[in-house]
Amino acid sequence: MIIDLERFTATEKPFWDELERLLKRVENDPACRLGVEGAARFHYLYQRASAGLARLDGLAAPLEFRRYLESLVARAYGEIHSTRDNAHRLVPRTWLLESFPQTFRRHIRQFQLAVLITIVGAIFGAAILMVAPEEKGMLLPFDHLHGSPTERVAKEEQEAGKRLAGHKATFSSSLMTHNTQVSIACMATGMTWGVGTIILLFYNGVILGAVVLDYLAAGQGIFLAGWLLPHGVIEIPAILIAGQAGLVLATTLIGKGSGLTLVARMRKVWADLTTLIGGVGLMLVWAGIVEAFFSQYHEPVLPYSVKIAFGVVELCLLVLFLGRSGRGGKVAKRG
Amino acid sequence: MAEQTTTLQIRTPEGIRFSLLLAGPTSRLLALLVDFSCITVATTTISTVLRLFALISQDIFMALTILSGFVISIGYGIGCEWYWQGQTVGKRLLHLRVMDEQGLKLQFSQVVIRNLLRIVDSLPALYLVGGIASLTSRKCQRLGDLAAGTIVIRTPKVQLPDLEQLGTEKFNSLAAYPHLVARLRQKVSREEGAIALRALIRREELDPAARLELFRELAALFRSQVAFPGEAVDGVSDERYVRNVVELLFEQRGRQS
Repeated sequence: MIIDLERFTATEKPFWDELERLLKRVENDPACRLGVEGAARFHYLYQRASAGLARLDGLAAPLEFRRYLESLVARAYGEIHSTRDNAHRLVPRTWLLESFPQTFRRHIRQFQLAVLITIVGAIFGAAILMVAPEEKGMLLPFDHLHGSPTERVAKEEQEAGKRLAGHKATFSSSLMTHNTQVSIACMATGMTWGVGTIILLFYNGVILGAVVLDYLAAGQGIFLAGWLLPHGVIEIPAILIAGQAGLVLATTLIGKGSGLTLVARMRKVWADLTTLIGGVGLMLVWAGIVEAFFSQYHEPVLPYSVKIAFGVVELCLLVLFLGRSGRGGKVAKRG
Repeated sequence: MAEQTTTLQIRTPEGIRFSLLLAGPTSRLLALLVDFSCITVATTTISTVLRLFALISQDIFMALTILSGFVISIGYGIGCEWYWQGQTVGKRLLHLRVMDEQGLKLQFSQVVIRNLLRIVDSLPALYLVGGIASLTSRKCQRLGDLAAGTIVIRTPKVQLPDLEQLGTEKFNSLAAYPHLVARLRQKVSREEGAIALRALIRREELDPAARLELFRELAALFRSQVAFPGEAVDGVSDERYVRNVVELLFEQRGRQS
């Protein structure tokens, strides 16, 4: 109970003020480096403030004193004990060529599960369309897919890519933003123990299966390949990787058999989730450009063989990239 | 439902405990509204500037508007919270800050995850999921916070109390009775002493009537615990009496002698 607050404050205040100044400096400039001496002084001031706080512990010092010292100690604690990622040190090339594919491979099981869910959805969609073709309008949310594939092919070949003339950039940016939103939703709904992610992947598969069956049944397989492959071989894997991220989140949330707390489990996957969704974003930018500026041109403007070959080459490169890139390099940092 | 707490206790490796004040859903909602306004203003401003591109191509203007709107809506929270270390414009105004739930600084991936998961928190509309989650979780966390291991704390401006308010340089008529002072120290509890000290430090903030009433009650309490002789207390106002008591309680014995 007996503490001479006036004397205590008079002695300690210069140190608290110095700590406050240092804190303001490091907080206002994240790139600030204190140097060895500065860091040692900072640590000393932190310890001194902590000791002051400990002195007040159990004593009848007024709340304001405690709050003031707690706020100083809390801020200094955060600065001293944190190792913050330095965004300025992010090397895009290393991140793209090493971190992203390594992270993808580290969670390959979740990717395989995402593929499986999509395939099941695709089979379901195809089956529904086969059994009840009149439900096409309900299955496919896009107006241009509701009509007959043969009529659409004839119409688009006749238009020779003029349909989007003057709107290609707008169309491309709409695709990028829409697909990125779907991907983010696919990852974020992993927080519902994976239920949301599974539903989105399944629904994506349903649409894909129904479209593929619709065009194959109408004998428009070549058009379909020429139309879908150039952008689809990037766009569909991107959505699958977003689903992979969602399933990683769900697996971590469930945490079966890990023996770790939720926070500890989550800490292990933060960096991986960010890397995966960042990679997905990049893939969707590319897919959006290809879809607007390449996929919409059909024969006679662009031979289907060229479009299919382009798509196959892209797919091979993507498989090579995700499967081989970054092997033997430094393993990307986790969590 | 987990029992909700208003403070989060952190124990440092040095064994020091400190607490962080958790932000409630109301202040967070207000900060969110401010942030929405900022996003709307930024999107509208950029769209107006981009209109210049319409002179070249309407298509490019539309594309850039769509892209900038998307980047701002997704990137605003991430950019602000990373650059301002857990704060957005709304959080700065409301004195809130996002922190790691272990009291550490935010990692970039934490900032990204908590912001991307807004999409789930905002379901089905008006942040219903996030609102329910933060009302029911122990640390007022929405789903994005739970995934990213973050909390939102209140950071009111805390100033060191002004001890000159105690007026300890003035004559203390009670100090002439050391045996009664010793009894006073024995009788007055730590909490009572702290309340009296706090009342003195904050007395200038009080309404005059409330100030009179508060010090009347405190003086009555201390008088009931130890009775000083009449010559020591005659003509001493309630506030002066409390000041004298607090000075005696919080001074070191050595200094008095």
